[in-house]
Amino acid sequence: MRLKENPLTTAPYDDSPPRHALTVLGAGVMGVGITVLALGHGLPVHLVDVDRERLDRAADLIDGELRLAELMGALPAGTPLGALETGTSLKAAAGATAVVEAVTENAAIKAAVLSEVSGLVRPGTLLITNTSSIPVDELAGALERPEELVGTHFMNPPYLIGTAEVVRGARTGDHAMAAVAALLTALRRRAVTVRDAPGFVTSRILHPMINDAARVVEEGTATAEDVDALMQGCLGHPTGPLRTADLIGIDNLVDSLTVLHERTGDEGCRPAELLLRLVREGRLGRKSGRGFYDYT
Amino acid sequence: MSTPDTHTLEKELLEFLEGRTGTAWDADTDLFDAGGLSSLFAMQVVVHLEKTYAIAVRGADLRLDNFRTVRRMAELVARLQAPAGGQHG
Repeated sequence: MRLKENPLTTAPYDDSPPRHALTVLGAGVMGVGITVLALGHGLPVHLVDVDRERLDRAADLIDGELRLAELMGALPAGTPLGALETGTSLKAAAGATAVVEAVTENAAIKAAVLSEVSGLVRPGTLLITNTSSIPVDELAGALERPEELVGTHFMNPPYLIGTAEVVRGARTGDHAMAAVAALLTALRRRAVTVRDAPGFVTSRILHPMINDAARVVEEGTATAEDVDALMQGCLGHPTGPLRTADLIGIDNLVDSLTVLHERTGDEGCRPAELLLRLVREGRLGRKSGRGFYDYT
Repeated sequence: MSTPDTHTLEKELLEFLEGRTGTAWDADTDLFDAGGLSSLFAMQVVVHLEKTYAIAVRGADLRLDNFRTVRRMAELVARLQAPAGGQHG
């Protein structure tokens, strides 16, 4: 930890903001993962959540996940960790060079949070929504300056997955696109930019597949283990769709499928009854200790 | 210097892994090779070793290569448990 500098020896006018300083909104699975990615690359992060207890739990999770990132050699060598601050006020966003919104996958909640943040940040600040399915332009309408919003869809865990999907909305400006590219470079992520649409590319393809995998289990065709074993062993999927579901969080998956179903009319995106039942039973995947698999 | 019995360690670790994964492993099998265990499981193994053997895995020791096989895990535990040489002059 750095000692506080003596104000008499601090150079005058040295109050320019750091090159990148993130405010992350939402201390759920993705908010925590994105925070770990940023801290591990030396960027300071202010993590905001309305729930103080969740913030306290997040601080422990962040320590553990930083160790996991280190274990996997996923952090740049010799880079000191960024400083973490946590708090319950959105006002922290005023000091950020970029704000990453990672709250619940619900268009109304995301729009409300982004609208408030848009009124707090300096004009020109990059605003990122980490939505997995909601069209970026739908959320941009809530902002004072819609051109500042970009979608990034980080996968969990973001510090172990080297590629991120970047979504350019119809109103996203060139300045925001350049800013997100610079940020992802600082985070050593490869960006693949796609057009705006419900579910973009990854969720549009992956989520109905996971939904079908759940239906296969529900119908008794195979166990979750066997579905994953076939998708891994025959088709080269790295973990299998149902382990992926547990990693995403079943509640988030259902929210995301609902967003897709409402916006595409694709019946394949209507959440499978088994997924809904797991959510009702509190079996949300890794984060709750149990989902398709037991992690306790 | 008394060396902790790595053979006993290996046996304990193999039992732990079999209990957690439902699969029997050899002391020399690369657990995280293709089709093997996940990185998230690797972290659980690290935490288990720290708790069970009262060690702290830090700095350069915290890398997957030290946990790839039961043999390497046992070597690491033995090294971290052994009193550091030369510390008391």
